[in-house]
Amino acid sequence: MYFIDFLLNSPGPVLASFMERFRSNFIIDDRWKYLLSGLKVTLIITFFALLIGLIIGFVVAIIRTSFDKMDKPKKGQPFRKKLGYVLLKLINFICKLYLTIIRGTPVVVQILIIYFVIFASVNIDKTLTAIIAFGFNSGAYVAEIIRSGIMSIDKGQFEAGRSLGLSYIQTMYYIITPQALKNILPALGNEFIVLLKETAVSGYIALVDLTKAGDIIRSRTYDAFMPLIAVALIYLALVMFFTYLVNKLERRLRSSDH
Amino acid sequence: MTTDVLIEVKDLKKEFGRQKALNGVNVHIKKADVMVVIGPSGSGKSTFLRCLNLLETPTSGTILFEGTDITDPRVDINEHRRKMGMVFQQFNLFPHMTVLKNMTLAPMKLLNKSKAEAEDKAMSLLERVGLRDRADAYPSQLSGGQKQRIAIVRALCMDPNVMLFDEPTSALDPEMVGEVLEVMKSLADSGMTMVVVSHEMGFAREVATRVVFMDEGCIVEEGSPEDIFTAPKSDRLKSFLNKIL
Repeated sequence: MYFIDFLLNSPGPVLASFMERFRSNFIIDDRWKYLLSGLKVTLIITFFALLIGLIIGFVVAIIRTSFDKMDKPKKGQPFRKKLGYVLLKLINFICKLYLTIIRGTPVVVQILIIYFVIFASVNIDKTLTAIIAFGFNSGAYVAEIIRSGIMSIDKGQFEAGRSLGLSYIQTMYYIITPQALKNILPALGNEFIVLLKETAVSGYIALVDLTKAGDIIRSRTYDAFMPLIAVALIYLALVMFFTYLVNKLERRLRSSDH
Repeated sequence: MTTDVLIEVKDLKKEFGRQKALNGVNVHIKKADVMVVIGPSGSGKSTFLRCLNLLETPTSGTILFEGTDITDPRVDINEHRRKMGMVFQQFNLFPHMTVLKNMTLAPMKLLNKSKAEAEDKAMSLLERVGLRDRADAYPSQLSGGQKQRIAIVRALCMDPNVMLFDEPTSALDPEMVGEVLEVMKSLADSGMTMVVVSHEMGFAREVATRVVFMDEGCIVEEGSPEDIFTAPKSDRLKSFLNKIL
């Protein structure tokens, strides 16, 4: 409705009016700088959260699958092995708890809790808070993606590696993980895109990311259309660009299946 | 026990939950033996083979490999698996690596061979099975028979003292069975110790030094191929042979 209003009631020719509003929203007072610095914040959060998410996700996935593959220790096994089993069981439990909590609560609530509860008495940088919140959040989803990738590899691959004398870790590293990563690349790419867009809620802790920047311009100019559409277009362009990169990577990795 | 016994299995038992797959297997495998294990499906012959390199952990019993009890949890099983090559029904080549990489990975990581050394050895083995020109192919570009021949030489790259074959020709198209059996036969002729789970009675008759008949998790009868095929003693072996021959 607003858009139609804008076309019909704009004083003077549409184009001139458009240019005027473009000027007032982006040029005057260098308002485009809000968007630029907001974009920078969004990209920084996404990049580091992705990194943290991948590391956490990988570790959690390895722990979970290793525990699932492990036999219960029998009588007569050395104490070292029994201790290892109990320890892994405990760590596995912690991982499951982490997955349940993170996947069971909204990310907005998580970031609010991290900023206003966990770091309440510490003066911590908001960007860092957001990186931690989104990193831990993404980690839970990445963990399940990687775990599904590892489970998708035929058991025979694992047995072939072990039968040659490779250790559990060597088999995982040289044989299972490379194949698993190839299989889950589309899902990981998707998780990355979701993460990028999810950072839009950073405004809840008064962090000026891309979305918040657009909103600030709106509050200055009382014009919602221009800044919000601009923000949407920037997100769209980013997602399209990253989708292109992921597709390219997928094609390169697929070069070994003929 | 003489020194030329390579593997000695004593009272080997394996249970999957309540189901008993192996019910006390006793057998010894001498150097240069070619032992073919036959039996109806579900008789535990694959489980027996997979216990030999501990891909299945036995429930009880001992397996002495070159004098070491490898069922002892304190033993580093990876050390011993290097000396026990295994060939699977489903080939299990690594699809993300070329044939050459499939063959050189383990020797380079485990035997500290240089790339050149490992590749030299791999190429000469490929030559032996007539697949030298496929060194740079990926497994998906090979036929079933080629895959299985590569799987055999991949295991040979580790210079094993014994080769375990788990139904190596069961997943192959009939016209490809011959080329794989040929490789196995020449391997046997070269003096390799082999344990083969197979339905290929022709191979058993021709190549085996000993044939073992298993049923319901036990060894029912064992002997030379002539004994087993021409003069079976137990009723179970007689009825099994009747069904398949």
